[in-house]
Amino acid sequence: MLHGGHLLSVVIFFPAVGALALLLLRGDDHKFIRVIALIVSLAEFLFSLLMIRAVPIGAAGYHLEEYLKWINQPPINYHLGVDGISLFLVILTTFLTPISILASWKSIEHRIKEFFVMLLMLEVGVVGVFLSLDLFLFFLFWEVMLIPMALLIGIWGHERRVYAAVKFVLFTMAGSIFMLIGIIWLYNASGTFDLPAIQALLHTPVSQGGLELAPRTEMLLFLAFFLAFAIKVPLFPLHTWLPDAHVEAPTAGSVMLAGVLLKMGTYGMIRFCLPLFPEASRRAARWVAVLAIIGIIYGALVAMVQPNLKKLVAYSSVSHLGFVVLGIFAFHNISMQGAVYQMLAHGISTGALFLLVGMLHDRRHTFEISEYGGLATPMPKLAAFFLFVALSSLGLPMLNGFVGEYLVLLGTYQRHWGWASWAALGVILSACYLLWSYQRVFFGEITREKNRTLPDASAREKWILVTMAIVTLWMGIGSTFITKRTAAATQDVIDQVEPQRAYEASAPHVSVPLAKNTSASAAKAALSERLGVR
Amino acid sequence: MLPRAIDAYRVLPELVWCGFGVLMMLMQPFVRSRHFFTFLALIGTLAGTAASVTAAMHAGPGFGGLVQSDSFSFFFRLLVGAVAFLVVLASGPYLERERLPFAEFYSLLLFAAAGMGVLASAQELLTAFIGLEMSSISSYILAGYRRDALKSSESAMKYFLLGSFATAFFLYGIALVYGASGTTMLVKMDSAELLHSTLFELGLAMILIGLGFKVAAAPFQVWTPDVYEGAPTPVTALFSAGPKAAAFALLLRIFATVPAATHFWFWAFWALAALTMFAGNLGALVQTNVKRLLAYSSIAHAGYILVAFAAVTSMAQGEGGAAKAAPAYAAVLFYLLSYALMKLGAFTVVSQLGGTGEKNLSLDDYAGLSQRQPWVAAALSVYLLSLLGLPVTAGFFGKFYIFKAAVNSHLLWLAVLMAINSVIGAYYYLRVIVVMYMREPSAEAAALGPVSFPIGVNVVLLITVAGTILFGVYPNPVIQFILQPTLLGR
Repeated sequence: MLHGGHLLSVVIFFPAVGALALLLLRGDDHKFIRVIALIVSLAEFLFSLLMIRAVPIGAAGYHLEEYLKWINQPPINYHLGVDGISLFLVILTTFLTPISILASWKSIEHRIKEFFVMLLMLEVGVVGVFLSLDLFLFFLFWEVMLIPMALLIGIWGHERRVYAAVKFVLFTMAGSIFMLIGIIWLYNASGTFDLPAIQALLHTPVSQGGLELAPRTEMLLFLAFFLAFAIKVPLFPLHTWLPDAHVEAPTAGSVMLAGVLLKMGTYGMIRFCLPLFPEASRRAARWVAVLAIIGIIYGALVAMVQPNLKKLVAYSSVSHLGFVVLGIFAFHNISMQGAVYQMLAHGISTGALFLLVGMLHDRRHTFEISEYGGLATPMPKLAAFFLFVALSSLGLPMLNGFVGEYLVLLGTYQRHWGWASWAALGVILSACYLLWSYQRVFFGEITREKNRTLPDASAREKWILVTMAIVTLWMGIGSTFITKRTAAATQDVIDQVEPQRAYEASAPHVSVPLAKNTSASAAKAALSERLGVR
Repeated sequence: MLPRAIDAYRVLPELVWCGFGVLMMLMQPFVRSRHFFTFLALIGTLAGTAASVTAAMHAGPGFGGLVQSDSFSFFFRLLVGAVAFLVVLASGPYLERERLPFAEFYSLLLFAAAGMGVLASAQELLTAFIGLEMSSISSYILAGYRRDALKSSESAMKYFLLGSFATAFFLYGIALVYGASGTTMLVKMDSAELLHSTLFELGLAMILIGLGFKVAAAPFQVWTPDVYEGAPTPVTALFSAGPKAAAFALLLRIFATVPAATHFWFWAFWALAALTMFAGNLGALVQTNVKRLLAYSSIAHAGYILVAFAAVTSMAQGEGGAAKAAPAYAAVLFYLLSYALMKLGAFTVVSQLGGTGEKNLSLDDYAGLSQRQPWVAAALSVYLLSLLGLPVTAGFFGKFYIFKAAVNSHLLWLAVLMAINSVIGAYYYLRVIVVMYMREPSAEAAALGPVSFPIGVNVVLLITVAGTILFGVYPNPVIQFILQPTLLGR
């Protein structure tokens, strides 16, 4: 079964089976529930690793496809498939879920069963989004995942949790309902909800029964999709739900939110906006880039002045995701690969940051930076991990954040040097706010008596952090394992959005050796940049 | 022309419903057992629903074309019958709790069902009028069934006064239409000269006002919140699912047979739809009484259905319109089905949680429900999410088909308005869920302990939840049925 045709279905629905089993358990044996949830999520992680073998290096297109007729009128199919881009996003999801479960081991104290059920259902929705190849199915998972996330924030969150949960749902729904209209419109034009089929139609001349969208229609459709994705990312003027949701969510919720939910937006841009509406994407690119750059700088500046540690990390997400959007809309294979890599790296390092912030909150029940200070003395291990993660987030070479940011800047520079120079400001600023906040939290005198006796990382916390650190380091050094698998898929997207450039552009795999050399050749450039700052 | 046996077959469901209704009135002085009447009412509703199969097997026009038995009326008879059956199931415990007499309630319910059945199968305007009156008059009495409660009497009075006013419009419309066309038979109103006859259009406008009142379309919706709030909650459940469906059925039939109506009504429906959606959703935003909130949400949902009607009118014009409009028809029918399921379920929960005298209706009474009664909270959440239009519920597919119909007929602005309304709607549905799941119960509510849910009510909840999810995952059979080309017997 696992090597046959249904692996993707298993990967999507296995957590649902686990959630159902949890529901049937009695609610008072907390330990047992936690262990079951952890086992389910770990098994799910192993299942998802099996997909790697099925995605050959250098081959674009979808693999492990599953196709089942679902609804006759209009024809909606259960169509799944995985390619280089979605592969690692799914693995990121299935990796972060057990981490989140471990992180919630102690900090969730009431309604424990429901909490883990929601976490697993969230995983179902997110993985489904990444693996759907039918627009309708995609939309279905996209909406389904809202409810578990809203409940995670609203039930187990902090003081203003209800406000944050409702805001999260309303923002997302406002975007997605227009996407639904867009999906239906596209169906009316093409007669199918099937993504590969629509792509094929778009590449067929009209004389042979192909599909060509009028420029105005294409633009409207692009906007309908883009709005939903931009809210999710979130892109600059639409980001206001994010700080609220992050600050109020429990640690596991923040990890999943920052780690994977935001990526659904950027994934949607790569998977749907660019290939389906290439002309409109090209026309909109410069505006999107402007918004992305504003997001990078604005997010970093706001992060810098945050008195609330969790909000600081939340705004850093706005800034980092701006890089991803910029990388996507630069239409260069290297920047696109960088965007994909940045999505993964951000998932790991921001996830780890939220875990650490959550651990601090478990000890002191506050996010205010002013409440901390000098924490390195009572808890040296936690401080060391925090520094490591902060460095990875600000893009220190050899760690994961660097690869993504560097590739984005490199690729963008080759198309629009102006964009890249503005965006590079974000790299500098991220060093400022992360290191400054680190200094305020961990260094200096201990100003609050309570902080003197805080316990250092427990065994469970060490396990979580060591795992995250290993992945961070591995992604910084062994980036080719990922980039060589994403290269073909991203090149395919570029070819679709700019077909005329497909010929002049260098061969699709030129980026692979480049990515290999990142840590060596590019380190110098970035180093000088950083040195210039200090 | 003398009625033949086959004519009786074609109205068999209505005959059975009326027969059981009369039987119960006759037996009421002699039998005291409450269970007996509940049992009889259940048998009656089921028998009538089963009889609609017989009627469907003998498809064709009955009584010289006054009624039409076809797949369309079959669908609505099943719907009305199922609604009546579930309302009987849910109202048994309610009547017992409120100490209200059983027999009259059930017989009125059966008469109302028969009226809706007539309305859904009428092929002639005066027959439709009789159906409308049958269901309306029963409804007026049912609304005021809690005689001792002031609100219930207010509800009945308002409903009666405004309702008879609307019925007068309807009747006057029939008269004008008759004056213009010389017939009350819908099938004979297809002549070309009627297309731009002012008299005929005036008549159609009057009919639209009359039916607009019944379906609670703005600006004729003002009665809805008060009547829904005051009526006994099982009756409210019936109101929101039954008469609305029947009135929409008649509207659809007029569209399918009278070209002039299709032509003339397009902008009327566009405006009605937009107004109704906003009136319902904006009204619901500020409600703190759950029953009233659901009443406003009924108005909003009537608006969504009217969007599909606008799509029907836009598609059905010109050559081959009937075939093009088929998906829009299907959208209406599917929406009515899913809407009946979710509204019925939601009102049943509200009715049971209300407690004796329907005192606990405010949003605060629902605080922390998920901890006191997790299954009830989960069921209510399913209905609310379905009303909201989230996937894996019937409500989502309903909305999806309406969006599709609207986009199909290039009513993009209407689709956008509906999208905006969906988001507004999401807010107040979520508010209820938030209260149930994210707020701690108040001290009094916690002291009360869980409200008991008798077996009949549980069956209703089970059926409606199962239906909501089933049609949300696999709508194929229903869609296939309502998309058949011979839906309206031609």
